[in-house]
Amino acid sequence: MIAMTNYLEVRSLSKQFGTFTALGDVSLDVVEGEFVCFLGPSGCGKTTLLRAIAGLDPQTSGTIRQKGRDVSALPPAQRDFGIVFQSYALFPNLTVADNVGYGLVNRRQARGAIAKRVAELLAMVGLPDAGPKYPAQLSGGQQQRVALARALATSPGLLLLDEPLSALDARVRLRLRHEIKALQRTLGVTTIMVTHDQEEALTMADRIVVMNHGAIEQVGTPQEIYRRPATAFVADFVGSMNFLSGTLMAPDRVRVAGVDFTCPAQDGLAPGQKVSLCIRPEDVRVRDLPADSANRVPVEVAELDFVGAFCRATLKARAASDVAVTADFSSNLIRDLGVDIGTRLDIALPPDRVRIFA
Amino acid sequence: MSLTAPAVKPGMSRDDLMMRGGVVLLAGVLLVMLGLPLWALLAKGFEDRDGKFIGLANYVSYFSTPALFQSALNSLHVASITTVIVVPLAFLYAYALTRTVLPMRWLFQGISLIPIFAPSLLPGIALIYLFGTQGFFKALLGDGSIYGIDGIVIAQVFYCFPHATLILTTALATADARLYEAADVLGASKRRVFFTVTLPGAKYGLISAALVVFTLVMTDFGIAKVIGGNFNVLATDVYKKVIGQQDFSMGAVVGMVLLAPAALAFLVDRLVQRKQVALLTARAVPLVPRPKFARDVLFTMFCLLVSAAILTILGMAIWGSLIKYWPYNLSLTLENYDFAKFDSNGWESYWNSVRMALGAAVFGTLLMFTGAWLNEKTRGFGAMRGVVQFLAFLPMAVPGLVLGLGYIFFFNAPNNPLNFLYATMGILVLNTVAHFYTVGHLTATTALKQIDPEFEAVSASLKVPIWKTFVRVTAPICLPAILDIAIYLFVNAMTTVSSVIFLYAPDTKLASVAAVNIEEAGTTAAAAALCVVIVLTSAAVKAAHLVADRFLFARLQVWRRR
Ligand SMILES: Nc1ncnc2c1ncn2[C@@H]1O[C@H](COP(=O)(O)OP(=O)(O)OP(=O)(O)O)[C@@H](O)[C@H]1O
Ligand SMILES: [Mg+2]
Repeated sequence: MIAMTNYLEVRSLSKQFGTFTALGDVSLDVVEGEFVCFLGPSGCGKTTLLRAIAGLDPQTSGTIRQKGRDVSALPPAQRDFGIVFQSYALFPNLTVADNVGYGLVNRRQARGAIAKRVAELLAMVGLPDAGPKYPAQLSGGQQQRVALARALATSPGLLLLDEPLSALDARVRLRLRHEIKALQRTLGVTTIMVTHDQEEALTMADRIVVMNHGAIEQVGTPQEIYRRPATAFVADFVGSMNFLSGTLMAPDRVRVAGVDFTCPAQDGLAPGQKVSLCIRPEDVRVRDLPADSANRVPVEVAELDFVGAFCRATLKARAASDVAVTADFSSNLIRDLGVDIGTRLDIALPPDRVRIFA
Repeated sequence: MSLTAPAVKPGMSRDDLMMRGGVVLLAGVLLVMLGLPLWALLAKGFEDRDGKFIGLANYVSYFSTPALFQSALNSLHVASITTVIVVPLAFLYAYALTRTVLPMRWLFQGISLIPIFAPSLLPGIALIYLFGTQGFFKALLGDGSIYGIDGIVIAQVFYCFPHATLILTTALATADARLYEAADVLGASKRRVFFTVTLPGAKYGLISAALVVFTLVMTDFGIAKVIGGNFNVLATDVYKKVIGQQDFSMGAVVGMVLLAPAALAFLVDRLVQRKQVALLTARAVPLVPRPKFARDVLFTMFCLLVSAAILTILGMAIWGSLIKYWPYNLSLTLENYDFAKFDSNGWESYWNSVRMALGAAVFGTLLMFTGAWLNEKTRGFGAMRGVVQFLAFLPMAVPGLVLGLGYIFFFNAPNNPLNFLYATMGILVLNTVAHFYTVGHLTATTALKQIDPEFEAVSASLKVPIWKTFVRVTAPICLPAILDIAIYLFVNAMTTVSSVIFLYAPDTKLASVAAVNIEEAGTTAAAAALCVVIVLTSAAVKAAHLVADRFLFARLQVWRRR
């Protein structure tokens, strides 16, 4: 494996607004060329962290190193980054070409060279003819691309995006997701994007940083975050999750409503502790259950919600009707098994898919 | 968790240094323009005629001189009566403009603004023509006389009306239609809707209008001077003390007494306005009045009446200026416009006014807009920016007469290195810009707050110096606001009397001051003529602004079009 260098190192970063702690002791490494997403609910400090990295709103304490250089106290103008805001912040009185070339003009390059670079950038973001137009004459998605081209014009080492897609409608957002990701991959520019849309983070990021209340909950690849959420918050915030409260009986056994379930061995927790047993709706098994399969529960279908590609079923345990689990059933499965409200069936919670949180 | 992570001391970029330097410079300029002159005035009140410190002796003698104390009471009296008359009138007028269907709304709105373009002398002069010793309608007054409190109040109503109307129009225009729909749905009576929705909605506007009118009347000088007769008010007392008796210390004391109510009104307004913010939400739906015959006719009549009164006063001044020898020879003539016959400066004082107004417009706009930008966009540096903010708001609370006095004491001090400015055009420009600083600063700040706050962040990330973004982006986007400030300064510089009356030299006399002098010498017609020239000039400039805004400007700002 190639030795990976940390492009960005954030250490013990804190940010206070008066007595309010917006960021508390945050540490984070970003590898060169990586696409990282900050994901979290509104007000959790994503923007604050991004702006601290840019130097726009300096942290109260802690250090930031970029490419080995300590930039903690440097003003934005002395750091190396390009930035795209949710509002795009395009200069309305300048043409698209002037917007994109804004940072180039200052570098005393020849006019021809600037024009060439601007044309190149506009072609790169798929707007080769937009140069002479004004921002107000473009659609939201087009403005977004111009902002991206402007941020990339000076070839920054770090690209910062603060909810760049949230002002767009769903279709445009979907298309731009792919375009931005493709562009980032081609250019290889280290990128940090802030979002509160988990789907966006899961599809675009190499790694996701899940944040809550000014702290990092988990850092990992989309698969890791989804498959092995480190905390109950992450489990709940990313994707859907069933939470069943129970008691840990042995390191690998949890009792829920009188029934024992097998789970991956828990080292950190003591037997007798109250825990949540978690499983994703799509991991609940119904078909082809081996006769001796673990964690088998007889249930009755209480509700069936059509969600398009599949149905989300609410299943009540026949032994304890206050215990309910949601499960995703494909249309095929519903047809094959003749599932309807009131149908009785057996489900299994595969032990390797079960997660336990204190 | 790290125990004591060292606090980060953010470093400063060249931009930061430049901006902070700018803020310090601005604070210095404002200090010279405002702070130090006011300080000089304050100090003067504690000195005797020879400049010796005598503590509160001047104040003691002020409050124990019944005649002087009476003036303070007179000022309060006049200001209260005027406020009680103007605010309801302006409220009804503003209500008509915003909440009823008025034919030719723009015309009524325009007419209501006319007094702004006139020096405060003008209504006084018009009243003399109408009701003076030889007035047309003198008989109507019976034994009474227009000289004195009645004349002052009528003229003040004319002079203050547009200010109150502007404030109340804004207050009533920002109503939320949803509130009225809700009231309708709940079946509230019209009366009840008015008292539970309309009035509370305009409450802050009403308070603000009342305070502004009160302050305007307290501090105005021109009207009381022309038509006050033997009715003394604070403003005329200051003038008499300083110009008549050369008693600067006592003038300073009266000035301080004049400053108190103005400053108090300003403070109250600030406190009240602070509470208002939460009332308006971004989601409010603008209210569009629906036609209702009886109501609309009633309000149209009302507006016609008020407009007629305004036009009568203006028309009287114009007519009077064109008449050969009132009231004996009513044939028309332009002789009164040959100002050389009445004042040694002739038309030169008019051109001085134009030069001064242009200077104030150019220098003031530059200072106000750049200053607001510096104060708005500087990172950190809170304390110094607070000082600038305070100094920028100060003029709102300081009457022109008081500021003018402060200028004499500060700039005329022999040991002041800025002494060379005294008796030049420069000091008039400086004084005018200082006097009208707050509104310009507020206009600029509002405009700056409306543009995307991230422009500076973007240019920093692109390594473009912040001043380049100011020149290429911020200023061009704010051009409409910049023009508004320039026009505001020009018009006010043309019409102001109070702050410059102490500061002119023989060769820098202004038209408005010349009008006071000419009137004082008894040539009312020529004074009227000079006022008319001023009205025409400032109104023409405003009209040119509107036309330019409509046609030329649209072409300059293609980028605003979708
Ligand atoms: N200038 C400020 N003064 C005081 N509090 C602030 C300031 N800026 C942010 N905060 C607070 O800090 C917290 C984090 O804000 P931040 O903008 O980083 O949230 P966010 O994660 O980006 O949320 P969103 O998804 O809504 O953009 C919030 O609770 C916010 O109220
Ligand atoms: Mg945010």
